Amino acid sequence: MPQFDPAFFAPQLFWLLVTFVTLYALMALVALPKIGAVLDERQRKIDDNLAKATALKAEAEAAVAAYEKALAESRSHAHRVIKEASDRVAQQAEERNREISAHLAAQIKAGESRIAVAKTAALANVRQVADEVAGATVARLIGAAPDRARLDAAIAVALKEQGS
Amino acid sequence: MARLNGGPSGRKTIEREASVASPVEQFVIKPIIPLHVGGVDISFTNSALWMVAAVIGATMLLTLSVRSRALVPGRWQSVAEILYEFIANMLRDNVGAEGRPYFPFIFTLFMFVLFGNVMGMMPGSFTFTSHVIVTFAMAAVVFVGVTIIGFARHGLHFLRMFFPEGAPLLTAVILVPIEMISYFSRPFSLAVRLFANMTVGHIILKVMGGFVVSLLGLYVVPAILPFAFLTGVTVLEFGIAFLQAYVFTILSCIYLHDAIHMH
Repeated sequence: MPQFDPAFFAPQLFWLLVTFVTLYALMALVALPKIGAVLDERQRKIDDNLAKATALKAEAEAAVAAYEKALAESRSHAHRVIKEASDRVAQQAEERNREISAHLAAQIKAGESRIAVAKTAALANVRQVADEVAGATVARLIGAAPDRARLDAAIAVALKEQGS
Repeated sequence: MARLNGGPSGRKTIEREASVASPVEQFVIKPIIPLHVGGVDISFTNSALWMVAAVIGATMLLTLSVRSRALVPGRWQSVAEILYEFIANMLRDNVGAEGRPYFPFIFTLFMFVLFGNVMGMMPGSFTFTSHVIVTFAMAAVVFVGVTIIGFARHGLHFLRMFFPEGAPLLTAVILVPIEMISYFSRPFSLAVRLFANMTVGHIILKVMGGFVVSLLGLYVVPAILPFAFLTGVTVLEFGIAFLQAYVFTILSCIYLHDAIHMH
């Protein structure tokens, strides 16, 4: 096998030394720093973006919290306003109700008194009409004017019997 | 075998046998530019040519690919980054943070062996990692370097490597020779593992290839079988090319770990 021929040892060792040292220099001074820089740069960017994302997330969370606080506040405010308004409306309605019922009661009372007056008047008229009709009827029947006092008594009894 | 199956003429068969080269012919060193300095032969050979090719190939792959410095890497940049992180992680996992200064060396070692192995898979190329002198030189550098690092870090205490703390003194008679043998056999196992893997793999490829060519001239159909086998072995050899580069590098890392942390 050519591998074990010592004649080929020296040239291979020499060129191994030359090429290996060259490759080492190229790797150590050129290639590895370049790749390392690219990787570091990427890591830095990723970390940077992650930090930015974390900050933005915190910001968003704060905004959400603020929004929710505002929402809760406005909700309670709205509740208060609605309650006030409904209270006021209820109070007004009650007042109006009271006013109107008082007004109606007064009107009813006035009406009743008017009815009472009219009734008294009507009753008086009924008495008078009955008086006259009875007097005229009796006079037609017996041909003479009846006794005033007896007629009045009879009419009073009849009216009483009618119950009005 | 070719003779048994019989070609149309005996002469043609003999010619074909001659055209199928010996399986070890691929390992022959051929000087391209003969050079002698002070009586030492430093000729630029086919082996040196492929070492230079490995250097150029590795450098091009690792510099041109990251030229754009893209934030989202393309295909080639990904390859360069994966190789970088592969070795960086290997070193960190096996040696720890103290291994950081040796990263360029370990990385160079890996790239050199990997490119030697993979470029050697090209038909007509030369696999310099199949030469034991090359693998041994690299293994020796690792071994000597690691031993120097060990003594520089721990002084004479590094000799504790050969006799673990807490072991009864009487066991030293057995333990010290065993530990010394295991320590000093490291460069040889490192060198021979890579050399033997590459050599045997390439011999198998050559033998199978020769077999396919021999059969093809006689019967086409039976040649398919060794051809299929050859295809499988080629795939396997690519795997071994990578695996042996990996093994060579990770063992170097483990030796470095021993030197820095002592067991």
